[in-house]
Amino acid sequence: MSDEAAAEQADEHADHGAHKLTLGGFIGTYVFSRDHKVIGLQFLFSTLLWFLVGGLLALGIRWQLAWPWQNMPVLGNMLFSAEGGQISPEFYTTLFTMHATVMIFFVIIPILAGAFGNFLIPLMIGAEDMAFPTLNMLSYWFMWPAFILIGASFFQAPYGAGAGWTSYPPLSSVVTAAPGSESAQTLWLMGVTCVGIASMLGSVNYLTTIIQMRAPGMTMFRLPMTIWAMFITAVLQAFALPVLTAGGFMQLMDRLLATGFFVPEGLMVNNGEALSGGGQPLLWQHLFWFYSHPAVYIMILPAMGMVSDIISCFSRKPLFGYKPMVFSISGIAGLGFIVWGHHMFVSGMNPGLGMVFMTSTMMIALPSAVKTFNWMGTIWGGKVQFTTPMLFAVSFVSMFIIGGLSGIFMAATPVDIFIHDTYFIVAHFHYVLFSGTAMAVFGAIYFWFPKMFGRMMNERWGKVHFFLTFIFLNGTFYLMHVIGTVGFPRRLADPYHYKTFAHLQPMNQFITICAIGMVATQVIFAINFIGSIFRGPKVGRNPWRANGLEWMAPSPPGHGNFDFQPIVYRGPYEYGSPEVDEDYYPQIKPPPEDAPDAVAGPEE
Amino acid sequence: MHVAREGEKQVGRFWSLLFLMVPVLGVLVFVFAASPDSKPFLDHWLPLNINEQGYVIDDLFMFILYLTGVILIVTGVVLFRFLWKYDAGRNSEPVKYVHGSHTLEIIWSILPAITLLFIAIYQMDAWAEHKMRRPLLEDGSLKPALAQVTARQFEWRIRYAGPDEQIGTPDDIHVVNELHVPVDEDVVLQIQSEDVLHSFFLPNLRIKQDLVPGMRQFTWFHANQGGIYDLVCAELCGWGHYKMRGRLVVESREDFDAWLSEMAAEQERTQPEPAADGEDE
Repeated sequence: MSDEAAAEQADEHADHGAHKLTLGGFIGTYVFSRDHKVIGLQFLFSTLLWFLVGGLLALGIRWQLAWPWQNMPVLGNMLFSAEGGQISPEFYTTLFTMHATVMIFFVIIPILAGAFGNFLIPLMIGAEDMAFPTLNMLSYWFMWPAFILIGASFFQAPYGAGAGWTSYPPLSSVVTAAPGSESAQTLWLMGVTCVGIASMLGSVNYLTTIIQMRAPGMTMFRLPMTIWAMFITAVLQAFALPVLTAGGFMQLMDRLLATGFFVPEGLMVNNGEALSGGGQPLLWQHLFWFYSHPAVYIMILPAMGMVSDIISCFSRKPLFGYKPMVFSISGIAGLGFIVWGHHMFVSGMNPGLGMVFMTSTMMIALPSAVKTFNWMGTIWGGKVQFTTPMLFAVSFVSMFIIGGLSGIFMAATPVDIFIHDTYFIVAHFHYVLFSGTAMAVFGAIYFWFPKMFGRMMNERWGKVHFFLTFIFLNGTFYLMHVIGTVGFPRRLADPYHYKTFAHLQPMNQFITICAIGMVATQVIFAINFIGSIFRGPKVGRNPWRANGLEWMAPSPPGHGNFDFQPIVYRGPYEYGSPEVDEDYYPQIKPPPEDAPDAVAGPEE
Repeated sequence: MHVAREGEKQVGRFWSLLFLMVPVLGVLVFVFAASPDSKPFLDHWLPLNINEQGYVIDDLFMFILYLTGVILIVTGVVLFRFLWKYDAGRNSEPVKYVHGSHTLEIIWSILPAITLLFIAIYQMDAWAEHKMRRPLLEDGSLKPALAQVTARQFEWRIRYAGPDEQIGTPDDIHVVNELHVPVDEDVVLQIQSEDVLHSFFLPNLRIKQDLVPGMRQFTWFHANQGGIYDLVCAELCGWGHYKMRGRLVVESREDFDAWLSEMAAEQERTQPEPAADGEDE
């Protein structure tokens, strides 16, 4: 099965269901495509480009923190000629607002759910395509208004949205509070709302597809962890997003129609008119975090799923504790709805609530611990192949431990009083989101690249990419814990005029140098990625000798995915099964005649 | 499949050791940062604490640091050990064909659950001390605020009670960006914002409280060492957020009283008609 000729793939493109999934012509096939794989790749390319933008924005922040008010070499005069080459304090607020907005809404969420969710869900469950191909196409094209609106907000004179990605009112909802970002903030809000619509369309589609379109024999407990994670993520999106969307509209009305949902009565900001108000700024924080805390799990659960698949494949061993893994993902998602208040311990919320949220937050570490131990249990007793995807997956586990442990500091309310809004928090969520999710995404790209393009990425350069990224990211983010321990605050354009923080500048310069190294390293990845699309060695269907259904389809799969009807006999993690001679046992391989049906499945 | 296996025979050790570096260096960085005179990390640690109720925060921080440090080492070493031992290039034993262990799952669910519940409950008292148990007067009533601190874009406006001992009356004493408090006393402050969100952050007192327009909030502390400290705005409040700096001056009761009357006198001088004197009774 694994080495079938690539020749038939060309034909595949033309027949098998192609007529109902494309509108025909170049535009219909590659632009407004309804094929989940094309949509997945569209998401992948868009998000990787935004990843570059977000990384460069981060370097702007890092430059200012290392050498405040210094002229950036070469770039300074090009970008900020009006300010004499400096980053102005207004622009600094725009920088960190846009860095977070781009990374969260345009990179992490769409690359996980949009790119990998789209590409993998039908392939891994043995379906021809998504349940609603047109809806799927729209979920990508609703990202474009968001790209345009938020991109436009960045270029609004005199400066872009500057209220942080959390967009806390009254700074964000009262126009006079940030006079320079009057229209930019409005455009930003509209853009985020469009992202919400795109995610919403996607999540409905994923839920329906996973529930309705699984191949014969593919029971829920034979789904790969990636699909379980995508399923739970879609549930989170479907239930949490409406709250953010509602909140976003309320804030838009506050800005445009002076409704005052989030503004107290009689508020005067910056000598503006007194507002009729009658609202509450904390209301927004509750609405925002009611979505955005589950969103934190939207940003990591799919990564956890993909890491589980990669680790099991390259340990050549069944996933340790499949069902506990499924339950812990569900547990994280369930608890994720009752912990939003931990973002608000010092916000002015009733301190009694702080105790409740502290307890629920502590409990979320429990399923996370279960997952970590199960990944280590999977490696135990296996035969570990140190491929590039495996290195990224193991680094996810290693880094997620740090990100999880530093979370305990914040969950503890008294300690949070001191470290809230400091670099300790910045370190924490970058360990989870960059060192965790982004590393898992890199691993997933190396892992599924052969399926996407029918070619391999270069392993040697992949390992160089991994090694340098791993070193630089720890140099960047680990030391942020240390400066956070001093109380170094976030979002300050120049913290060094406080005597408490004045001596931290050399450490910040070191961090900035590591950050520059980290961004520069991604050039290796970009060259490897683009080069391999055209020049990578061609591979057959199953280069990693994996079990999942996606590896049984041609590489790359044509429209309609499978050139046969997949029938599933077992779970996806039957590596090293004594029933067969090879060290893997694909889900579609019928059991030997003398063995009872599907005896090796984890559930039986 | 050929590609996947290329060059894997010897490099397993290298990658295993790389992952071992995570807990080793991770712990070393904190050891260096915490030791009082390590050269590149000088003063890269919790700043001096001068608040009686702040010590408990530092203690809890250290407690969690030790706990997580141990977990980081144990999990990191176990991960290293597994990668090292079960490297495909060197492990000739057949793969252990197991799907999990119910007993292990129970153990590693219950142990973290107990630890974390303990941490959560253990912290509650310190939290209440900071945010819920406002100091009382001897007669059991709530201690009134020494001063009212109002944050606005981008400064701290502070008012002390004038001779009538009431804040909010015309004889109040006004200062900007300079908060004086007496040492060795319970100090209660009424803190508020008049425009956007701000956050009242005193790093040396382990105090942080976001200020929400429309709400009246209180914070309290008991400083035990005189000196001049930073008052930081820790919640994004606009373009000038970074420069919203105040000074906290902790001084003896005599110095504080002297400073307050000096401020009152100075304020009187700036008033065009010194007729308000008569209303002091």
